[in-house]
Amino acid sequence: MVYTAHMQEIPINTVTSANVVLELIYRLKIKDVMSTALITATKETTMREIQQIMRQERITGLPIVMGKRLIGLVSMDDIIQALDKGYIEEKAQDHMSSNLIILEDDMPISFAINYFDRYRYHRFPVLNKDKELVGMITNRDITNALLIEINREVEELEKRSHRVEGGIISEEMYTYYIMQNDFENAGHASTEIKKRLKSASIAPQIVRRAAIASYELEMNMVVHSTGGRLIAKYDANELTITAADSGPGIEDVDAALEAGYSTASEWIRSLGFGAGMGLPNVQSVADAFDITSSPKGTTVTVTITLASGEENDNER
Amino acid sequence: MNVEELTTVKEFEALYIADKDQIIADGYCGDLLSDVMANAPASCVLMTIQAHKNTIAVASLVGISALVICNGRTVAPDMLEAAREEEISLFTTDLNHFEAAAKVLALLGGGDAGTR
Repeated sequence: MVYTAHMQEIPINTVTSANVVLELIYRLKIKDVMSTALITATKETTMREIQQIMRQERITGLPIVMGKRLIGLVSMDDIIQALDKGYIEEKAQDHMSSNLIILEDDMPISFAINYFDRYRYHRFPVLNKDKELVGMITNRDITNALLIEINREVEELEKRSHRVEGGIISEEMYTYYIMQNDFENAGHASTEIKKRLKSASIAPQIVRRAAIASYELEMNMVVHSTGGRLIAKYDANELTITAADSGPGIEDVDAALEAGYSTASEWIRSLGFGAGMGLPNVQSVADAFDITSSPKGTTVTVTITLASGEENDNER
Repeated sequence: MNVEELTTVKEFEALYIADKDQIIADGYCGDLLSDVMANAPASCVLMTIQAHKNTIAVASLVGISALVICNGRTVAPDMLEAAREEEISLFTTDLNHFEAAAKVLALLGGGDAGTR
């Protein structure tokens, strides 16, 4: 089997183009996109039977397996050869292609896009870490997944551009994706939240509290988690910020809520983070605060009441 | 005072001035960004050694008007870029936080630190 791990061209500019699409093709994994309803044959299956399966199922290639192990692939081209050379009644084992190019289920779909460009195949088998066949991926699978995701992103953009500047907030929700160790973009979500509140003329002190909570939560995910999402949900009275990451969880939540407790590395500390003030800061600015953590991930939910009133503007 | 007055401190080198008329009402010193986040007053000038773009993000979020990067630390190009984007004035100095703060305090009107 040929396995090529290096990244190569994808058909859009990776330096200056819109981040949304780039982010998508790195965020979406092959396992999110591939079809898992596998139709397979064994090496004992005849080429004739395979041809019939292909016709019935309207597919152009069939993986040949032993248990969960992929041992070959019979393509339409192999069938044409078999018909042409008169061995259509023979078993797959002698005529399947066994020099296969495969993808792994954990790879981002950017790999798949690149493979379709580089090799002229219509489908690639997908293996998991244990080298078991878990799916097949076609260009169509990728197109569909991208259309759905791009549609979702555009919906958010449209929602954002339609809202009235300076207007009162109605129900709105935004999701920001936070990558592990992505100090480069850290603060993006918080900045967006701040701008949104400012445009709704929320009192500066409340905006500041929302900014502090979202920034600390965002930073926590950058520094400590394997990545996650920050969701900002607005309604007329309150802002709910949910930070949900995918692990590895906080071992001692009570300790993490104490000022000065930190598990950050020296490097993180040298950047001015990881002083053990993150969660305590969040807690102190929140009107409501909730945290749950397990090795599968940590979720922090913070509510900030937007209705001003007593809090007067003594800044500036 | 305003940002323009900071340019009168001969030890401060201005890398970027967002708005020379912007009000500076207070000062703060800190290298722990979580502490800056929690405690720096709005419209202040921040003395810090954190010469990277995350400092700009923090400054923007809490409404800090200007940064003075102390101890002769080199400002990363992307920090300067971020300062332009977020319109936060950026200075460098060879002075340490204490010395720089003393200059700022003099401009703010003397020895009374409680200007808030």
